Amino acid sequence: MEIDPFIFRLSIFILSIFIGYYVVWSVTPSLHTPLMSVTNAISSVIIVGAVIAALAGNSENIFDTANIFGFLAIILAAVNIFGGFLVTQRMLAMYKKKKKDK
Amino acid sequence: MSANLLAVFYLISGVLFILALRGLSSPETSRQGNLFGIIGMAIAIGVTFLSVGNFSTGFLYVLGFLLIGGSVGAFIAYKIPMTAMPELVAGFHSLVGLAAVLVAISAFLNPEVFNLGSPGNIKIASLIEMSLGAAIGAITFTGSIIAFLKLRGIMSGSPITFIGQHFLNLALGIILLGLIFYLCKTQIDTWFWTIIIISFLVGVLLIIPIGGADMPVVISMLNSYSGWAAAGIGFTLENTALIITGALVGSSGAILSYIMCKGMNRSFFNVILGGFGGTDQSLSSKGKEQKPVKNGNADDAAFLMKNASSVIIVPGYGMAVAQAQHALREMVDSLKKNGVKVTYAIHPVAGRMPGHMNVLLAEANVPYDEVFELEEINNDFANCDVAYVIGANDVTNPVAKTDPQSPIYGMPILDVEKSKSVLFVKRSLSPGYAGIDNDLFYRDNTLMLFADAKKMTEDIIKNL
Repeated sequence: MEIDPFIFRLSIFILSIFIGYYVVWSVTPSLHTPLMSVTNAISSVIIVGAVIAALAGNSENIFDTANIFGFLAIILAAVNIFGGFLVTQRMLAMYKKKKKDK
Repeated sequence: MSANLLAVFYLISGVLFILALRGLSSPETSRQGNLFGIIGMAIAIGVTFLSVGNFSTGFLYVLGFLLIGGSVGAFIAYKIPMTAMPELVAGFHSLVGLAAVLVAISAFLNPEVFNLGSPGNIKIASLIEMSLGAAIGAITFTGSIIAFLKLRGIMSGSPITFIGQHFLNLALGIILLGLIFYLCKTQIDTWFWTIIIISFLVGVLLIIPIGGADMPVVISMLNSYSGWAAAGIGFTLENTALIITGALVGSSGAILSYIMCKGMNRSFFNVILGGFGGTDQSLSSKGKEQKPVKNGNADDAAFLMKNASSVIIVPGYGMAVAQAQHALREMVDSLKKNGVKVTYAIHPVAGRMPGHMNVLLAEANVPYDEVFELEEINNDFANCDVAYVIGANDVTNPVAKTDPQSPIYGMPILDVEKSKSVLFVKRSLSPGYAGIDNDLFYRDNTLMLFADAKKMTEDIIKNL
């Protein structure tokens, strides 16, 4: 009997929840705000679905109904990807240690 | 590109995303972690382009829209003031939510492209996954918009409640499940649209009863939802990167919600059901308004702190509102020149989102090794000469330990009361968010400094 690929994906999903659980508990509380902005940025990997949707179908009619939803999703996800990573970068750059001479 | 190779690349992205979160375990590794995240994202997008392999005019449009969205995002990221982080994150969550809805809609309209079957004959499992993804995405979208409006001050932060609210939410939730069931059975697209519309409504209804100071929980919760929505779509698209990310983000948001709830000693449901500190409480505290308080000025405060050997700063949301973090750091610098030892104490729920105070202090160039969490620093209050409470209130209220009747009873508090003297920078004697009076205001060793947090801190600097 063959195993449904869904079961493999479910396994990845469940194991990732556990990884997430342990990784996030080890995040230092002072970095919880960057944690939120970076999780927000990486969840925009949903853009891969948007790209597939946008480029689906025949190339003559680029703006088919289903494609338009894809294009809209690309814009939204792109705002998030660039905005999320850059604002995280900006925040993390501010976290500095005490100067040695003090 | 073969499907197997593609899957391997998505797996690599997923692993890089895990490393991105792992990097945040300390500020030193965090920047590298962020880089891993960016690389992971670039790989995911790059291989998707290659896999579609359709470099026609449509592809140029994709790049164009990517750049438009990207520039908007980059512009926002550089312009946004650090004090506006909570609403920025809420706004970004709404975008992820809406993107999830849009991708689910395209998958529903054009299932062949995603190998999900044909319109009217979509695989049942895919239908369940995409309708769950769309529903959670839609809830995230409208919920985040309400949170954004509340944080931005466009909408009042006070809870909006009405009779039968919880019953209505429950009923809508059951209707949603029923609709997903019917959608699978009939494949009629009307049900799909109805699911999305009802979910939009549920998002609004879920967030309006939650008050301003509970926003840390709401933001974390919406963070979690956006993750589950992404995971739902990940299952639909059979995309490993999306499934891994969704699970990571989902559990991250859930853990943050848990930490925030624990910081307030309230159950998750208690926060979600909203309506904390109703009007009856403010009425009952009216009788106590007449108690005497010691009213000080900047000169007294400067004198006290200059002659102290150690000072602990307790920042709260008021500091963020007044944008007082830079003035505060200047004050601390002059205190240090006078040989005073200064540290910062942060309560888990200080501010409007997890870690809010830490980011603001980091922005003002406060070294992160002078900033401590509640458990790390709470014992030090007993040995400290002055506690400088700037814009915090409920998180210092000793009533949380002494009065079982109090709505905040059991909430872990910063033991400000144990320090030799307490300086309270506050605009008025008004009670905090929980609607209860703070005993500390009336103690002998407390000096109230009635002013705007930034103005008072600047005045103190002048007097040092």
